[in-house]
Amino acid sequence: MRLSRTARILLRSAAALGLAVIYLPLLLVLVDSVNADRSFGWPPGGVTGRWWADAWHSAGARSALWVSVRAGLGATAVALVLGTLVAFAVQRYAFFGRQTLSFVVVLPIALPGVVTGIALNSAFRSVLPPLGLGFGLLTVIIGHATFCVVIVFNNVVARLRRVSGSYEEAAMDLGAGPFQAFRDVTWPLVRSAVAVGGLLAFALSFDEIVVTTFTAGAGVQTLPVWIFGNLARPQQAPVVNVVAAVLVLLSVIPVYAAQRLSGDTAAGGRI
Amino acid sequence: MAGSGAAIRLRALSKSYGPTHALAGIDLDVGHGEFFSLLGPSGSGKTTTLRLIAGFEEPTAGSVELAGQDVTGLAPYERDVHTVFQDYALFPHMTVEQNVGYALKVRKVPRAERAERVRAALASVRLEGHGRRRPAQLSGGQRQRVALARALVDRPAVLLLDEPLAALDLQLRGRMQAELKELQREVGITFVFVTHDQGEALSMSDRVAVFNAGRIEQVGTPAEVYEKPATAFVAGFVGVSNLLTGEPARRVTGAPGPYSIRPERITLSAPSAEREAAGEHRAGGTVADVVYLGHAVRVLVDLDAGGRLTVLRHAGEPATEAAPGARVLLRWPAAHAVPLPADPGEPGTDPDPGAPATVPAPARGPH
Repeated sequence: MRLSRTARILLRSAAALGLAVIYLPLLLVLVDSVNADRSFGWPPGGVTGRWWADAWHSAGARSALWVSVRAGLGATAVALVLGTLVAFAVQRYAFFGRQTLSFVVVLPIALPGVVTGIALNSAFRSVLPPLGLGFGLLTVIIGHATFCVVIVFNNVVARLRRVSGSYEEAAMDLGAGPFQAFRDVTWPLVRSAVAVGGLLAFALSFDEIVVTTFTAGAGVQTLPVWIFGNLARPQQAPVVNVVAAVLVLLSVIPVYAAQRLSGDTAAGGRI
Repeated sequence: MAGSGAAIRLRALSKSYGPTHALAGIDLDVGHGEFFSLLGPSGSGKTTTLRLIAGFEEPTAGSVELAGQDVTGLAPYERDVHTVFQDYALFPHMTVEQNVGYALKVRKVPRAERAERVRAALASVRLEGHGRRRPAQLSGGQRQRVALARALVDRPAVLLLDEPLAALDLQLRGRMQAELKELQREVGITFVFVTHDQGEALSMSDRVAVFNAGRIEQVGTPAEVYEKPATAFVAGFVGVSNLLTGEPARRVTGAPGPYSIRPERITLSAPSAEREAAGEHRAGGTVADVVYLGHAVRVLVDLDAGGRLTVLRHAGEPATEAAPGARVLLRWPAAHAVPLPADPGEPGTDPDPGAPATVPAPARGPH
């Protein structure tokens, strides 16, 4: 389609504006994390590494980071196992309630976090005490897993839809048992989708705050929750900026890796 | 049939998906080393039969025997049978060599021997030097040959081919038909070939089974199936056929039929008063339409006795006046009016003389 000169200029400006609105504030966070001026006025009052040193030594930030990593890994592990299994069930087998199952699995991603949070909170409240358990890291992992499963499920289902079932049949036809057919043929064809799902699930869990608030135990503070709690404290503000900057840099990694993984395979012309 | 016993023996084999019967109890014997085609329209049960032989589906009832051994309950990897899939199903993440060598790798054939046999298999389909490529880098015809090499590398007793030529363009398909036939002669393996293309089935097969609605209508050599169709379905599906039935059949032949008469068996000439020769049927009519086909001319004639016959006149034949509206005389040897079983379900067999008497079969294939 050919666009007029005016339309081209207008569309380009709109795109530039949109990207600017998203990325300039992020850039500001990075700049402020090395801003020597405590009040973060503009222009920056010189460059300093002091806040980064402070953040490095902040026990609260460190333990929050560790909690986030463990919660993210836990939720991702649960999501990988359940999401992949359900995806295979829905995409490779015909059974009663298949459509319903697929719908029920995907629904949590659309539910407001507040609703998921409240629901889980009251469920845990009535279920956990009789078992001798309380709110803690485990409850956060379960909470995050509810929506992380969806990410893995969607990725793997999309891949399975494109990978014809006749590959598995061909492998078995050539003498491979079900396990060997899976190992030699099915898994190599779906593993990048599983990996992408896992990376995105981890990224999603890592910056989650709403469900976390409702499911975390008293001593359990994830990084986003810690940032939110320390925003209002003026003397913590520089450290919060540093942590935010770290988060920006960290979340680039899984998303970039996920894009590379799915881009690679698409560009290679093979699944 | 070469050898003793059958390579494949199907007994009362049926397959239902819920209330639909994909296969309604078939019996079939395929001999060792035969090139055997399963011919029929889509949904007639031929692919289901193939999948039951391969072991991808479990029959609802009946049994599958391979070389005298009952394999009905065995998994695909426990049967000495390989399949060439319609979409080839080449493993996209493996090279051509790895694809072709997969059956050997699964059977733990030593690496050196494997390499040798893969090279030989690729040579047999004229794909030397393509071993390092991936399937995505090959053309359709090359992929087809890789699929063949992969399925033949460890010499299965039976090779099943599920419309393997359907995805190729017309020219390539013709070449692959010849290659496939030659390859089968070389390796001497039993081929079971599924196709909906009657020309393909007739030109390649030792024998053909014609499928319709989950049943086998006829099993025979291509010549038997074409010259002596057992049912109206076979007559109409394999080639083009005239169906002469009811009152017009009685007036022309003296019996109500139904008869199948191939268009190329009918001679068209100017009307004459000479007496009917023994062993010959003749009928007067008026030319309704003339269709030029290049290698032949198709003439549609409305019979005075009712109904319409299609006559095929080859380009070399001496031409008789055959313009629309011309009066003509049609003759054919009585032996080429093949009696068919009366099918109460067909229109045309209605004793009502006013009913349409002949059912022109849909045009298929080159005729």
